[in-house]
Amino acid sequence: MTAAGEMTGGRSDAAAPAAIELRGISKAFGPVQANRNINLRVPKGTIHGIIGENGAGKSTLMSILYGFYRPDAGEILVNGQPIAITDSQTAIRAGIGMVFQHFKLVQNFTVLENVILGAEDGALLRPSLSKARGVLKQLAQEYQLNVDPDERIEELSVGHQQRVEILKALYRQADILILDEPTGVLTPAEADHLFRILEGLRDEGKTIILITHKLREIMDITDNVSVMRRGEMVASVKTAETDPEELAELMVGRKVLLNVEKAPATPTKPVLQVEGLRMIDDDGVERLRGIDLQIRAGEILGLAGVSGNGQTQLLEILGGYPPKGSKVEGTVTMNGAPLPLSGRGCDAASRRRAGMGHIPEDRQVEGLIMDFAAWENVAFGWQDAPEFNRGWLMDNAAIRSDAADKMERFDVRPRNPNLAARNFSGGNQQKIVVAREIERNPDLLLIGQPTRGVDIGAIEFIHKRIVELRDAGKAILLVSVELDEILSLSDRVAVMFDGRIMGERDPASTTTGELGLLMAGVTDTKNTPDDQGIPPEHAHVDGLPQEPR
Amino acid sequence: MRIKDSLTAIIVVAICLVWAFVDARAAQQGIDSALRLMTPLLLACLAGLYSERAGVFDIGLEGKMLMAAFTAASAAYLTGSAWLGLLAGIAGALALSLSLVHGLASITFRGNQLIAGVAINFLASGLTVLVGQNAFGLGGRTPSLSGAGRFNPIDLPFAETLSGVPVIGPIYSGLISGQTILVYVAFAMVPLTWWVLFRTRFGLRLRAVGENPASVDTAGVSVTRLRYAAVAICGVLTGIAGAYLATGLSAGFVKEMTAGRGFIALAALIFAKWKPWQALFATFLFGLLEAIANLYPNLDLGIVVVPSMFMNALPYILTVIILAGFVGRAIPPRAGGEPYVKER
Repeated sequence: MTAAGEMTGGRSDAAAPAAIELRGISKAFGPVQANRNINLRVPKGTIHGIIGENGAGKSTLMSILYGFYRPDAGEILVNGQPIAITDSQTAIRAGIGMVFQHFKLVQNFTVLENVILGAEDGALLRPSLSKARGVLKQLAQEYQLNVDPDERIEELSVGHQQRVEILKALYRQADILILDEPTGVLTPAEADHLFRILEGLRDEGKTIILITHKLREIMDITDNVSVMRRGEMVASVKTAETDPEELAELMVGRKVLLNVEKAPATPTKPVLQVEGLRMIDDDGVERLRGIDLQIRAGEILGLAGVSGNGQTQLLEILGGYPPKGSKVEGTVTMNGAPLPLSGRGCDAASRRRAGMGHIPEDRQVEGLIMDFAAWENVAFGWQDAPEFNRGWLMDNAAIRSDAADKMERFDVRPRNPNLAARNFSGGNQQKIVVAREIERNPDLLLIGQPTRGVDIGAIEFIHKRIVELRDAGKAILLVSVELDEILSLSDRVAVMFDGRIMGERDPASTTTGELGLLMAGVTDTKNTPDDQGIPPEHAHVDGLPQEPR
Repeated sequence: MRIKDSLTAIIVVAICLVWAFVDARAAQQGIDSALRLMTPLLLACLAGLYSERAGVFDIGLEGKMLMAAFTAASAAYLTGSAWLGLLAGIAGALALSLSLVHGLASITFRGNQLIAGVAINFLASGLTVLVGQNAFGLGGRTPSLSGAGRFNPIDLPFAETLSGVPVIGPIYSGLISGQTILVYVAFAMVPLTWWVLFRTRFGLRLRAVGENPASVDTAGVSVTRLRYAAVAICGVLTGIAGAYLATGLSAGFVKEMTAGRGFIALAALIFAKWKPWQALFATFLFGLLEAIANLYPNLDLGIVVVPSMFMNALPYILTVIILAGFVGRAIPPRAGGEPYVKER
């Protein structure tokens, strides 16, 4: 491992000035030191990964590069020239383009209008629009960046919206492209296509900085990688000379088990039985088109799929709160007793009494009340439990001490039950929810996106707890858009697409390639290629249903 | 333009045609009056359009107009010039828009735009009467204007010659000609606004800042400056609207003379789905209702006589109906009402 600054890129000449060089960058927000003495050298024509946990300071550093913040100290050099990046305009002029995690697009503008916004040639639009049309056509040919220039953003899939962001940067003649967590919203096929675009851009001499927390992406596509931890740059290495385990350890600061260690499942009796479940939402769209599922005690059923294919609705119906105005048909039985799907008895409280736990997909909306204290959040759903009440009054002292216990066992940091949920990091918020649901020892646990926005250290912890619950003979439904997570945790994998179960696979014998095809609605996976290689004719699947953004 | 979008236009034109068919003379008189009555509404509506398209909701249109009406009437009385009155009106509304309350509070200090708007309304309502009483001692009114202190009707060329020609005569000489200059200004603002919004760089950025300010900010354009520009245009237009009320439509300022026109303009803006041409027809509809109420105080339908109170309430009833959402879904600019805060 070499120290930051001495490293040279895989494809560039050591003597050439780096595309970007940061020297001693520091930035504090009040008492929080977001970046501390950061040194970074990104050689021209390379793909450089920046990896780190949430809150490690990656986004702050990139915001400084893009002129959103001024650093408190330090120096930025672009192509060897020191430059003061005071605002985004300066960054753009210096050839830096940024693709944000949350796209900065105007939803009801066309692609063309979004591309020229802020980079118009004159006071009138017409000349800029026709010039941009030509440029886009050329870029589309050069880099496989095909998007209909006259389509409105809201009509585009997330993958295409991302292309518009890249096109925006290229239209402004960016030589250095920063992408912040670009694959979070993409299907494996879309992510694959994105990586091919990025490689194409690199081969044309562009420099790419990829911010991510996914180790596999770093290994797949970057030439060099820098690791951030707690505001500091702890290492910069050539990707070829490292491995995921080492990177994970650098990120977290201790050894991390990337693969969940678990014994083979020993499933027994069926706990949850879903037959012919259909749901039509209040717009008349059929979101679930006949779902059949069975989960037995002592197993984890993983439900993979791109978000927006009905997983959310399935979880909500099973959890006892079907979407408002929807029509639900089919039968759901739990431990042999039918669960009501509408009307009386169809509510989350009854489901809890029946022995169901639920870690909802969106912890900030469904799982927690952000302005309430942790101890209150730990009691939610069980506020009527006898141990939490004294006559008709809440026994706050009992709830508090119960919360403190659970926070201790689940290592929630800081260990302060009086702190509002809002003030915990994503991973610790999730631990509060997980503690609440798992500690009640449910027969069936529904889990939606257990590790979305959660640090790698916390992921390891949450995964371990889920497996423990399984080993205690409980049934678990795991819904996740992270294929790695599904593959490492599940005993069986079902893939959902457009309101249907496309098929079931054994995680030990399937590949991400095969699952990727199922996720894209391709059922014939007989001649599946090996792991990474999705055949080009399937690599780009249009018209995937997407969650409205 | 799609059928659905032009529904208001079709309704308005249909009302005019039916009316002209039933009673041509009354129709000419009524539509003529409607044109005058809709002018302040149209100006205020376009004012709101600029502001809201840029993401600044403005329920202070009423107050800005009222303030402008007062400053315009006062200046016109003191100088004897309607034009100086107009300038004073614009200055009055601009002052409220930018420095005093709206811009500063809701753009620079990221305050609540609705509360800033309410503050403007209260401030204008109180300040006009207070200063008016202090200056003129007429119980909050300004002295009546006459001659050059008012905007007077302009006769367009050939109005006299063409007046005898059927159809064209009544329309050109009776309706189009003989309005004050501010009426023509208001109508010219419609295509101008459309052109600015949809054909210029400024318009593109203005619309973008109301939909997703972050997109403008990351493109290296100042969100603050754009929003100030929009609020300034809003101030100028409400200024003209107020000046027209006091020096064109009436002959001086009367306490609370805007009579809810700012709010009606807001309703029309929603009705028009924040589009300039539809704003024209929406405000025309309100103007027509007001004109009908003036022309037929007690509308005799044969079986029942509709009382004048009801007729006068028509524009307000329509406002309630529109605001209650009976006109189909109107999607406001997505970032409307939200101060822009840079996120990490």
